[in-house]
Amino acid sequence: MSSEEQLSAIKGAKVLMVGAGGIGCELLKTLALSGFQDIHIIDMDTIEVSNLNRQFLFRQSHVGQSKAKVARDAVLRFRPNISITPYHANVKESGFNVDFYKEFDVVLNGLDNLDARRHVNRLCLAADVPLVESGTTGFLGQVTVHLKGKTECYECQPKPAPKTYPVCTITSTPSKFVHCIVWAKDLLFAKLFGDKNLENDLNVRSSDATNLSEHSEDVFECRKGKDIEQYGRRIYDHVFGHNIEVALSNEETWKNRNRPRPIYSKDVFPDKLTKENGKTEKGSATDDVSAMASLGLKNPQDIWSLAENSRVFYESLRLFFLKRQKEIGNLTFDKDDQLAVEFVTAAANIRASSFGIPLHSLFEAKGIAGNIVHAVATTNAIIAGLIVIEAIKVLKKDSNSYRMTYCLEHPSKKLLLMPVEPYEPNKSCYVCSEALSELPSPVISGTVLTIEDLQQEFSCRINIKHREEFDEEREPDGMLLSGWVEAPVDKNNNKSIGNGESTSSALSMEEIQEGEKDVEIQETSESAENVTGKKRKLSEVSKGTIPDHSGLPDESSRNQNQLEKLDVDDEDDELIISNDWESLTKKKRL
Amino acid sequence: MNGEELTEQETALYDRQIRVWGADAQRRLSKSHILVYGMKGTVAEFCKNIVLAGVGSVTLVDDREVTEEALSANFLILPDENLYHGKTLAEVCCDSLKEFNPMVHVSVEKGDISTFGVEFFGKFDAVVISCCSLAKKKLINQKCRKLSKRVAFYTVDCRGSCGEIFVDLKDYKYSKKKLEETVECQLEFPSFEDTISVPWKALPKRVSKLYFAMRVIEQFEDAEGRNPGETSIADLPGVLKLRKELCETNSVNESQIPDALLERLLMDTSEYPPVCAIIGGILGQEVIKAISGKGDPLKNFFFFDAIDGKGLIEDISEPKPVS
Repeated sequence: MSSEEQLSAIKGAKVLMVGAGGIGCELLKTLALSGFQDIHIIDMDTIEVSNLNRQFLFRQSHVGQSKAKVARDAVLRFRPNISITPYHANVKESGFNVDFYKEFDVVLNGLDNLDARRHVNRLCLAADVPLVESGTTGFLGQVTVHLKGKTECYECQPKPAPKTYPVCTITSTPSKFVHCIVWAKDLLFAKLFGDKNLENDLNVRSSDATNLSEHSEDVFECRKGKDIEQYGRRIYDHVFGHNIEVALSNEETWKNRNRPRPIYSKDVFPDKLTKENGKTEKGSATDDVSAMASLGLKNPQDIWSLAENSRVFYESLRLFFLKRQKEIGNLTFDKDDQLAVEFVTAAANIRASSFGIPLHSLFEAKGIAGNIVHAVATTNAIIAGLIVIEAIKVLKKDSNSYRMTYCLEHPSKKLLLMPVEPYEPNKSCYVCSEALSELPSPVISGTVLTIEDLQQEFSCRINIKHREEFDEEREPDGMLLSGWVEAPVDKNNNKSIGNGESTSSALSMEEIQEGEKDVEIQETSESAENVTGKKRKLSEVSKGTIPDHSGLPDESSRNQNQLEKLDVDDEDDELIISNDWESLTKKKRL
Repeated sequence: MNGEELTEQETALYDRQIRVWGADAQRRLSKSHILVYGMKGTVAEFCKNIVLAGVGSVTLVDDREVTEEALSANFLILPDENLYHGKTLAEVCCDSLKEFNPMVHVSVEKGDISTFGVEFFGKFDAVVISCCSLAKKKLINQKCRKLSKRVAFYTVDCRGSCGEIFVDLKDYKYSKKKLEETVECQLEFPSFEDTISVPWKALPKRVSKLYFAMRVIEQFEDAEGRNPGETSIADLPGVLKLRKELCETNSVNESQIPDALLERLLMDTSEYPPVCAIIGGILGQEVIKAISGKGDPLKNFFFFDAIDGKGLIEDISEPKPVS
């Protein structure tokens, strides 16, 4: 292990770490102890209390500060003579481009979301820099090595997408507690406290017959001066009583399902609530406004009764209006917002009660609503050690010894740490491999191809238009791509609602608008040595037609003689616009 | 920490790990007392892990002075002579460990651990020793076993790219989750002395070579009166001779203990930081499990070798008599 060759490989290496959290802290420490002298580290987060149980480079006094910077300072204390460069930034920023990655001998990921991992994977492929990936959850973990052309890239194997649920399951037929959480968080909470202009599937009208009645009142409108308790009861009765009755009226739905029971506030609380609540305005000096505190509910691990949940529902609603009036209309659910968590827990539990689904404690509900990943220091430490071992193999170019290592909770054939040889690249991986499948035929002048990139939540239509001649100098590819970006289409009834990943929220109109400004086109050279991502703005043109090419500015024409590929994550249609355009057009010409 | 419920501070700090092992386990951890001997890199990692986990107290024993070598794999020692001058390894590590979790009581015990009486060990729920000779391991293990209270006993040693953990939980009753149910289990662990006395011939065929290699080195150091880790490549002839004798006594083939492996263990006596992190992590998990009484414990040896990347468990015990 202490061979000269190894030591000098380590000493001279320039390493990029992405993530200074659970894995990052352990990794930075182990890299420094192992003799690495030039480490760069990117992390956009700041330190939170819940990090301190495992991100040991941070202290209580550091809460709120940049993880990357504090991690660096902490490690320099025991290794003062090495160079650690922190970046308090999002790894997806444009400054971290291919040239940036090319500077490094190896990239080590300690990320917690799929989106950033994909991003780094693609840049590493583009820069042809080895990537060591890793992840942990509780007692489980793994480390994988990715070298372009030699092993699978991170995306060669499909990764499970975050779970989403059909709208009707959330709005009408929940069968699991998580469905109730999603309802409480993304519908009820959003409707009451979030942006009023956003579309919301929660039935808000109080009329029995149809939603079209002009005179039905919006139950959710809180008129000034109205008694908060009355408002609370009205909301309660509407969502837990009325809406359930409406759902019950549709016999079909309940043929093979257990019927929910409507719950009305008068059944749970016949008397006025304020009497029962006891302490009402106690110590408004405290910053932490909490229904639990106000009601004397001490233990977040307790499972409350229907009555207790209902009390929490009213009390949290009341406290929002009383103490946080200004925020109403702008709030989004935040797992670290105690009052929000209390409200969502209570609402989810009441709904669960209605549908015969077991109730959960606030602690459990918070974990589900906040997509909290359970985590301990030991697994992160083990994974960090394994990462460094792989990184050193990579630096020594010891390719026969590269391993993917799995850290198991229960031994398999005596093994707790199981090394496996990496696989060869997946030949049909749309990220790292070459060209893919054929165009659906026939493609002729006037054909309109519809493309959907599910990974990027992006879709577009391409009108194929044939042209006999292309200027050899200005249009050497023998093809041109241009057009415009259409505003997002209205969501149809088949949309689904997700509970969301920890770093991204459920799908909304706004997100799509932001994502669709640029069309990302990947270029590959014929010999497929480099994959460079290039963002190109499509010029705005009149709807539905491809403009006359001669009139376009230079930036919309390509200046490299290359294979152009529109990357699509659609198993059926993977699209190439071959530069063997002539033969293609010749074949298809009428 | 004093009452039955976790405090608000504890709940906030330990939220993520409570989601792994539950509030009950967290409560037990907060009441536990751990004794640690031999403050090298791996043990430093282990201590960091259990302090973060929120044990009640950690008592460190190591009267050695801080040296260059100690600095190399131990991140608890800041390389500032002003800070460590005049202090023992245990004292320096104690200062650093306290910072990781103010709710854990970290302290130092001075003196020769071989002379500590049985009652001393009875103060703890788990005892972890490193850098111990064969004789010392047996002695401390025996003292722990003499107590009626169960004191979990662990040895841990890392040499170069290899690491070894030994576990003795005596008569251990615990619970674990099987599908949706909680199942009660019981295991009997042999002492260190009994374990290494198991004839090699009686062991399953595919037992890790590292087990045998470590036993040879251990016996060599014992026979030569060396401190643990005080070997070099010059000792190879002597070690190979000992291997021959032991294999003959045990009726096993010498090829069970490859030359190359013995060479590595003799030469790379200093710790390798990635291995410290891995072994310290596995050991941390084991102690946490034993304190909380939940989950299958490791029985009774764990080996890791960075050369092949495998981390495996070996059950070295007397084969049960056929009834």
